[in-house]
Amino acid sequence: MTGNLEVVTTRHNAAIDPVLSAWGWEIPVYLFLGGLVAGLLILGALYELLHPDRPRSRALRAMPFAALGLLSLGMLALFLDLAHKLHVYRFYLAFRWTSPMSWGSWILLLVYPVGFLHGLGSLDPAQRETLLARRALAPFLRPLLRWADGARRAVLKASVVAGVGLGLYTGLLLGTLAARPQWNTAVLGPLFLASGLSTGAAFLLFFRLDEREHGFVVRWDVGAIVLELLLLGAMLLGFAAGDRSAQHALYHLLGGPWTSAFWSLVVFAGLLVPLAMELLGRRRRLPLAALAPALILAGGFALRWILLAAGQASSFREFP
Amino acid sequence: MGYTRREFIRIAGAGAGAAAAGSGLASRWWGADGDPVPDPGTDGDKVVPSFCELCFWKCGILCHVKDGRVTKIVGNPKHPLSRGRLCPRGTGGTGLLYDPDRLKKPLVRANGRGGQSFREVEWSEALDRVADGLKGLREKYGPESLALYTHGYGGSWFKHLLRAYGSANVAAPSYAQCRGPREAGFRLTFGQGVGSPENTDMENARCITLLGSHLGENMHNTQVQDFALALSRGAGLVVVDPRFSVAAGKADHWLPIKPGTDLALLLAWIHVLLAEGLYDRDYVDKYAVGLDKLREHVADKTPEWAYTATTIPPEKIVATARFLAGARPASLVHPGRHVTWYGDDTQRTRAIAILNALLGSWGRRGGFFLPAQLPLPKYPYTHYGTEPKPPADAAKGRVYPFADETIASGVCDASIPGTADYDIKGWLVYGTNLLLALPEPEKTRKAIQALDLIVAIDVLPAEITGWADVVLPEATYLERCDELDAPPWRVPFAAVRQPVVEPMYDSKPGWWIARELAHRIGLADYFPWKDSVEYAMQRAHAAGLDCDAMRRDGVVVGAPAAVTIEDGVEPVFDTPSGKIELYSQPLADAGFDPLPNFTPPEEPPPGMFRLLFGRSPVHTFGRTTNNRFLSEVASTNELWLNRRAADELGLADGEQVVVVNQDEVRSEPLALRATQRIRSDCAYMVHGYGHDAPGLRFARGRGANDTRLVTRTKIDPLMGGTGMNVNFVRVERRQP
Amino acid sequence: MTVDTRLCVACKACVLACKAENAVPDGFCRDWLVEETRGEFPDLHAQNRSERCNHCSEPPCVDACPTGASHVAGGGAVLVTHDKCTGCKACIAACPYDARYVHPQGWVDKCTFCLHRARRGEKPACVSVCPTFCLEFGDLADPDSDVSRRLRERRYKVLHPETGCGPNVYFLE
Ligand code: SF4
Ligand code: SF4
Ligand code: SF4
Repeated sequence: MTGNLEVVTTRHNAAIDPVLSAWGWEIPVYLFLGGLVAGLLILGALYELLHPDRPRSRALRAMPFAALGLLSLGMLALFLDLAHKLHVYRFYLAFRWTSPMSWGSWILLLVYPVGFLHGLGSLDPAQRETLLARRALAPFLRPLLRWADGARRAVLKASVVAGVGLGLYTGLLLGTLAARPQWNTAVLGPLFLASGLSTGAAFLLFFRLDEREHGFVVRWDVGAIVLELLLLGAMLLGFAAGDRSAQHALYHLLGGPWTSAFWSLVVFAGLLVPLAMELLGRRRRLPLAALAPALILAGGFALRWILLAAGQASSFREFP
Repeated sequence: MGYTRREFIRIAGAGAGAAAAGSGLASRWWGADGDPVPDPGTDGDKVVPSFCELCFWKCGILCHVKDGRVTKIVGNPKHPLSRGRLCPRGTGGTGLLYDPDRLKKPLVRANGRGGQSFREVEWSEALDRVADGLKGLREKYGPESLALYTHGYGGSWFKHLLRAYGSANVAAPSYAQCRGPREAGFRLTFGQGVGSPENTDMENARCITLLGSHLGENMHNTQVQDFALALSRGAGLVVVDPRFSVAAGKADHWLPIKPGTDLALLLAWIHVLLAEGLYDRDYVDKYAVGLDKLREHVADKTPEWAYTATTIPPEKIVATARFLAGARPASLVHPGRHVTWYGDDTQRTRAIAILNALLGSWGRRGGFFLPAQLPLPKYPYTHYGTEPKPPADAAKGRVYPFADETIASGVCDASIPGTADYDIKGWLVYGTNLLLALPEPEKTRKAIQALDLIVAIDVLPAEITGWADVVLPEATYLERCDELDAPPWRVPFAAVRQPVVEPMYDSKPGWWIARELAHRIGLADYFPWKDSVEYAMQRAHAAGLDCDAMRRDGVVVGAPAAVTIEDGVEPVFDTPSGKIELYSQPLADAGFDPLPNFTPPEEPPPGMFRLLFGRSPVHTFGRTTNNRFLSEVASTNELWLNRRAADELGLADGEQVVVVNQDEVRSEPLALRATQRIRSDCAYMVHGYGHDAPGLRFARGRGANDTRLVTRTKIDPLMGGTGMNVNFVRVERRQP
Repeated sequence: MTVDTRLCVACKACVLACKAENAVPDGFCRDWLVEETRGEFPDLHAQNRSERCNHCSEPPCVDACPTGASHVAGGGAVLVTHDKCTGCKACIAACPYDARYVHPQGWVDKCTFCLHRARRGEKPACVSVCPTFCLEFGDLADPDSDVSRRLRERRYKVLHPETGCGPNVYFLE
């Protein structure tokens, strides 16, 4: 690094050297989808909890199932990343409280039943009829439906909790890895949760929501984006106030290799532009209604992609 | 569990122990099963002791064999040269044994030399071809027209074959291209060379001085062990090297000398020792002759005088001279190993010998011990006939009076018709890749084209095999038994090389090949043994050694011998005066400087660097660069250039460059290492890379071949050594 | 474990011996050499370090492991149980020393301190082979062990103490 230091090493382990690249595309895809699903569950459940009497659009009703589908895609990505796929069952033979990955695997297990019950209870009568018409399913579904309806508020609350857990955990997964100065910040959990909320909201905006739903989602989206911006600011300030490893993490995003991607894709195109569009859009509908949510989704994915890459590249070996 | 806490593994402190117990508990609690200590299972079901051949030091090894495969090779604790430890190469024997590029069948050339077209044949056909060739040579030109190049311990069978055949042209590049001048210089002074393994008692030295020898990078197991032991006991270290070698990194004094001027520094050191009366007066009075002449000779070789040549400040020269003297007699100025640098190498090593004499280190503890050896009677075979003609290893009319081995490059030259006293017409090349080992490879190719017969006996398809008429695939050292090894050493010992596994493919051990050839050319009487094991055991038995113990332990170590003056040995100097010859009458008589004189070397032309080369600890010249296992940590070489010099050329660290020498010979591309660790007037690379033999599928095209750049040599007039550090290069960015 | 950087000549015998002993797959290593040069010609200072997993006292790799495959074995060595490893690579990301890698067979591999040898009373392969005697292995809690003695007698450092992992490979200076 400095002109007066020469370092030669014989280590050349694949995916470790010269920079860590143990995690490929699978992980950011999973983190992105996990966050998005968390956002969907939280928003869907909150809307119903806060406004129990309002009618809900078909899109919102179908949302929990869509969320589970997306989550499964994410888990597929996660599974593809495993180097020893046959041992995947090992996640469920242990619970290790120090390991966010372990928390995550159990949270994922929790999300499925909660999301499923959430979804069941959201079905409208017509949809229920079609389902119950299937002879094979009816015996199981009928009691489940009855139960899901009876405990609706509890299910919804559980859905919020599961969503928050999922969203936080995707951030904490990286945030607890102090070995990577780029990730070594407490902000990462809330940041990924906020980003999950906004990407979840953006996802919903692609569908035909009714007027009030739309307003609700946009309000939350704006809130999540503002929160995300604040958290990003806090992250950068935290790095700036930290030791040399943190300084280096800051440098990665301010002057270093990820600077342009971070500021253009994440901050500008992924947050500021859609925020502006949504704030303006309240007054007059923009012709490109799908643009803002698309930008948010792209920005959310870029955030995870960049942080994952920069984090793997940030290491103590940068300061011999 | 089979170990106790007090054994090795309680590595964590008490505080950590609690955390450890906690997480261990958690995993046991939640995990469905336990956590066995993983065992890679590389221990053999049988362990065969032998000795190594990855370099020529011959360390004792233990070879683990599991299901017929050698799983690992470790040091033999009973063997005095390895003491249970190995250099990196020793572990890598499996990389040679299982090299997929090995020669697998005898080959016979299908068209002209230099082309790469061969036909696989059965052994009988190949041997018949060689035998016919040998008979033809003997009839047409006389037996002396056959030469043997050999490097490696299995070569002994072929040396024997050549002697029986009637030729003295047995040469190894390890003499005139490597250690020769040192042997000559020490022999002239002490009446005895240092040999290999060297009789340096580094382990007990209190001060070690290295001139250009980069121990640690140049890896001879015992030497490095002794070096480390000395350092760990606080020995001082002076390193004279234009490059900040690994050893220099450990030195109390690093003298980044201008290349080619070591002799000036040595003379100045001698000057200081004499001027300040720091030398060992009693020792010199008792054992040496010529002190007065020496004193007179160095009177004007002051540190100031040396400064202009060496660029080492006079204060530093004086300080280091005192430093050396402060530790005498356990102050060892190492004779080096690869010392064919500038053509005045015998004189330079003479100066090293003289310096050691003044320090009183020869024969002293911590200096040079007087080695002991187990006498091994010869296997009884027919006596060689009349003395063969002396070797043709010098140009017509030229003699190197102080050469005590045959000059490999000279034999090569003598193969160009009409240049030497008689022509060499046939070569047996045993494990010697002459195209990388001899300087001026163009000349080597020319010599080969003039031969009637060239036969290569090798394990790998090295460059030289591409030029042979017949290629005989030899079994590796792990598949054969060779001559016993009982070198002069600190303790007398004899070691055996035993076959660890059966020869792979259609390869055959050297002893078998030599015997088969002997049978075919009427020399069967010289090879009466059943096989090499019978041969070796017969010799061991005749020496009164316990053959069973030898086969079981791989080595029999004799009773500890007295090897220093302190132990009560009186040194014997096999010189005309019977003393250490500071002033050499034989040199004077032969018309050479009786005391070493320094001549400044030629300066590199502007924009050029002196090309220096050295060793990697992981490789033995070019012989191991195809070894995939070893190459895991050293797969290519780099060009070292001073960082500032590189900056001035606009070249960046890591960039691919091409080295071009004064004769416009261009190297293969290699990466630049722009470093603070070298002077700005020289460039350095590790020797042994840049193979172009198509059969070396791994090594081919990796790194650059320094030998190709050595198109100039300066011949040592005393013993014919080829000084090779006399080439200048410029460095260019690789053109895409 | 202690590494005497003054003796180490960066010969890499330790790397190759480890590869042979532990059948480390081609292209990977459990231990490696770092050669550092500081200063400017001719005022140079060099340090050679044979590095490997530090068998940390507070191992973040073990904390990060979701299945318990990475664990602290009796005596404090950090090991990976192959059968429990999913290859999720959390431990790899968690190790500040980049001491781990994914074995081609799927599990995560790293230095084991050659515990299979220690159980028989043998030193690790790297320690046993080293021709400069610069590696030493033993019980840090035992004041009479070779490692404890070396640490008492010499100045030493650990790598990146700021990680807070409590690395247990000591570099004598
Ligand atoms: S074997 Fe010993 S001297 Fe060689 S590199 Fe390893 S630690 Fe250093
Ligand atoms: S060095 Fe890395 S792998 Fe080894 S114990 Fe420490 S954190 Fe774990
Ligand atoms: S202790 Fe064993 S596993 Fe660890 S680096 Fe040394 S040889 Fe390899």
